[in-house]
Amino acid sequence: MISITPDKCDFCGACVGICPEDAIELMEASISIIDERCTNCSKCVWACPWEVIKFKRNGVGSAKGAIE
Amino acid sequence: MRTSYDLIVVGGGPSGCTAARYAAVGGASVLVLEKDREIGIPVRCAEAVNQSGLIQFMQPDPKFIAATVTKFKMVAPNGKVVQPVLEGVGYVLERRIFDAEVARLAAMEGAEIVTKAYVYDLLKSNGKIEGVKALIKGERVEIHSRIVIGADGVESRVGRWAGITTNPSIQDLESCAQMTLGGIEVEPDALYFYLGQDYSPGGYLWVFPKGKNMANVGVGISVDVAKKKSAISYLNDFIKKKYPHAAVIAQIAGGVPCATTVKPLVKENVMLSGDAAHQVNPLSGGGIISGMIGGMLAGQTAANAIKSNSLDRLQEYEDLWQKRLGNRHESFYNIKSVINFEDKILNKIADDVLQIPDEKRTMGAILKSAMWNKPSILLDVAKVYLI
Repeated sequence: MISITPDKCDFCGACVGICPEDAIELMEASISIIDERCTNCSKCVWACPWEVIKFKRNGVGSAKGAIE
Repeated sequence: MRTSYDLIVVGGGPSGCTAARYAAVGGASVLVLEKDREIGIPVRCAEAVNQSGLIQFMQPDPKFIAATVTKFKMVAPNGKVVQPVLEGVGYVLERRIFDAEVARLAAMEGAEIVTKAYVYDLLKSNGKIEGVKALIKGERVEIHSRIVIGADGVESRVGRWAGITTNPSIQDLESCAQMTLGGIEVEPDALYFYLGQDYSPGGYLWVFPKGKNMANVGVGISVDVAKKKSAISYLNDFIKKKYPHAAVIAQIAGGVPCATTVKPLVKENVMLSGDAAHQVNPLSGGGIISGMIGGMLAGQTAANAIKSNSLDRLQEYEDLWQKRLGNRHESFYNIKSVINFEDKILNKIADDVLQIPDEKRTMGAILKSAMWNKPSILLDVAKVYLI
């Protein structure tokens, strides 16, 4: 599943731009993945300039709880 | 703030505020909604523009200019520096002040601007788009409008909600990291571009001066390349080597859509401009002026459509943009797609170009030299530099 480390995130929106599923919600200083849309395609992981987003290959079900 | 406007612009960057400015000039009632608390902050930009582009919109003012640049230097992998002849001058801006100034110009024409206003959906009724849903200072509100312009940046969602595909391919999104460094030696009047595998495979690393002893140092690489090594990793390697003792004044991340323009640019009563529409020069990644031109054309078209009470006229924006910059960007895109040179070819081009006398070493001459190595770019170079 995809997880974001908010403390490291710059909220730049590169991940939102690349996401083919419109599955990332970005506000001024908060970011979250919309679980039911995410397909774990990993494009956001590659796009993140700061290596803030990680992909953990431990199940492709709900990403709930990944963002805290 | 009212409950209904002719036009709502989502995003208060230079493109959105320029759209608002020209729509207001044309007599439309306009509301700009900006998700952050302050226009211009945070800066996500290398901040360089050319003078000829800027003066279409405003007079250069020292309050938003950090440096005036007259030189453009490209560093080949072997360290050789090529300096093409430049016409005119460029500026490295203070975007936080510049953006506020662009917003002020819109406000002077009567546009309303609200910050900390996050648009989370389009307002739809019977399948028709009738405005936006926004979270303004924590409160959910619905605001009606006849037209919506999505100037909501690389992270644009307005287009998607209207049914336009706006996400670039992994080849075309540039993943960027930048640090503003202080206490370093810089040439205060030169833009530096470092090319090659060590700096930025297929892209470039930039050092743009911001006055004395300060510069924006950044790198952009396509997401396809970033799979293997991230932008911040390339940037850290360079800074460690070149400026190990620098003070870090700012650090930012960002994405730049280096693609051709989004198609369609208009769907029913929704228009896109700026990064949201990929109105960026795909070769250089520069998008301040081109985004403002897109915003101006979108705003003017919106005002004309309101005035003539014919939203069908919004379609005119596609053609206006295509003629003004869209076709040119397509040529730049074609060049970008084929000039991902290996280091030894970049070195050879630098050597060849350095044989050309200084005064004849133009950007066109450099691309001509590149052409000997990739003849397929001939037509596009000709389109950009001859027509």
